[in-house]
Amino acid sequence: MNTSAKPDSANERLISDLASDLAPVQRLRPPIVRAFTWLAVVAAIAIALAVIANVSALGHRLSAAADMWLSVTGSTLTAILAAIAAFQLSLPDARRIWALLPAPAGLLWIVASGAGCLRTWFLPGTHVADLSEARDCLIFIVGLAVPLSGLLIVMLRRAYPLQPELTALVAGLASAAAAATLLNFFHPFDAAATDLAVHVFAVALVIGTNWGLSGRLLATNFLRDNVTRGVARSN
Amino acid sequence: MMASSSWAASAGPFPARHASKDVIVAAYSWSRRPERRMNAVLTQDADTDLRRSIWMAAAQAGDGAAYRALLRDCIPVIKSAARRRGVAADHVDDVVQDVLLTIHRARQTYDPRRSFTAWLYVIADRRAIDLIRRIRRQDLREVHAPLAFEDHADQTADPAQGLVYADATSTVTRVMASLPARQREAVQHLVLEERSLADTAVLTKRTAGSLKVNLHRALKALRERIERWD
Repeated sequence: MNTSAKPDSANERLISDLASDLAPVQRLRPPIVRAFTWLAVVAAIAIALAVIANVSALGHRLSAAADMWLSVTGSTLTAILAAIAAFQLSLPDARRIWALLPAPAGLLWIVASGAGCLRTWFLPGTHVADLSEARDCLIFIVGLAVPLSGLLIVMLRRAYPLQPELTALVAGLASAAAAATLLNFFHPFDAAATDLAVHVFAVALVIGTNWGLSGRLLATNFLRDNVTRGVARSN
Repeated sequence: MMASSSWAASAGPFPARHASKDVIVAAYSWSRRPERRMNAVLTQDADTDLRRSIWMAAAQAGDGAAYRALLRDCIPVIKSAARRRGVAADHVDDVVQDVLLTIHRARQTYDPRRSFTAWLYVIADRRAIDLIRRIRRQDLREVHAPLAFEDHADQTADPAQGLVYADATSTVTRVMASLPARQREAVQHLVLEERSLADTAVLTKRTAGSLKVNLHRALKALRERIERWD
């Protein structure tokens, strides 16, 4: 064992404090396994919603328009990839580049949803969402994203992200994409410009709130560090 | 709580890839990531890395002795990472302490199948960057102006404070001088010099019990005499 450190140094005192404070810990499972645990909860909600929703009408809508398929695929993949990226980023030695993992799927989601808008010009008979329907979309996305984000943040806090804001941002994207995917069960109309704007606003609201609030929740580790260091130095 | 030094027994599952010295160096030598390239240098001796992994796995199981050895072993690596990032010499110990605390808080995230030194190096590098940013932010907020500081009048200063303090000090010194030698000794070491009971016992060759009794009597006498003096 290396005992070369000076016995009186602050470092040595800190090491003694930490070693005497040591409790056995359970190793975290791999990030991908933890991500799929969260996605399993989302899938369980999806199954519960499928029981209530009219699934055959959903299938009919999706088979009628290719871009809706792409949009749903994009949002689903965004949720899956963003969840994996968030769990990767929650590790202290994670690379920032993980944050780009959901980017291609996110792009597909945005482009396909935007393409849906154009159809309302080509097909005048398409049902366009009015304001009350758009408000329902907003409430659904935000209402579902809040508990999903909460669960995700609780799970992420078990690790130790050294980039809390980025982790929270990606976690917000995962929750918002999951909520937007589940919205399709109750979305009997195409994404027209007003509706799309509401979706974008809802998703941005969820991501922004996560970034601002959850970033701080994940960053409380740093505050605790400073407190502990103060104690260690005063000993 | 200190567990016995049974780290070798409680180390848990270990990868076959640690078995060869060449494997870790080979795994990172091609890497474009600077910390991995650096790590290839740091883990030239793969045995060191394997030993750290075993210590960390034992620490995860609650072995305090292995943990203490591991943290001591980490200090040179952390200092090297901090210096490489350009942390000033007088702040290197801050990075060391930040990283030691981070290891402690994040120990459940370490997977013993992976290189410990690589894990440590990335954390140390990130903490060094955090500290540099913190110092830069602090420098932006604070101005170094020693003359302005000296010229600034302290509104709360009381000119008589020095006299009051000197008076109180001389009272305590005089009352202290009137105490019996053993009691004076107890106050001197335990209160004024803030030594521990064990250290004072060794220094004065008295038992801890006798020191406690003498200190108790001395404080009681001091309280009575100072009140009388006032």
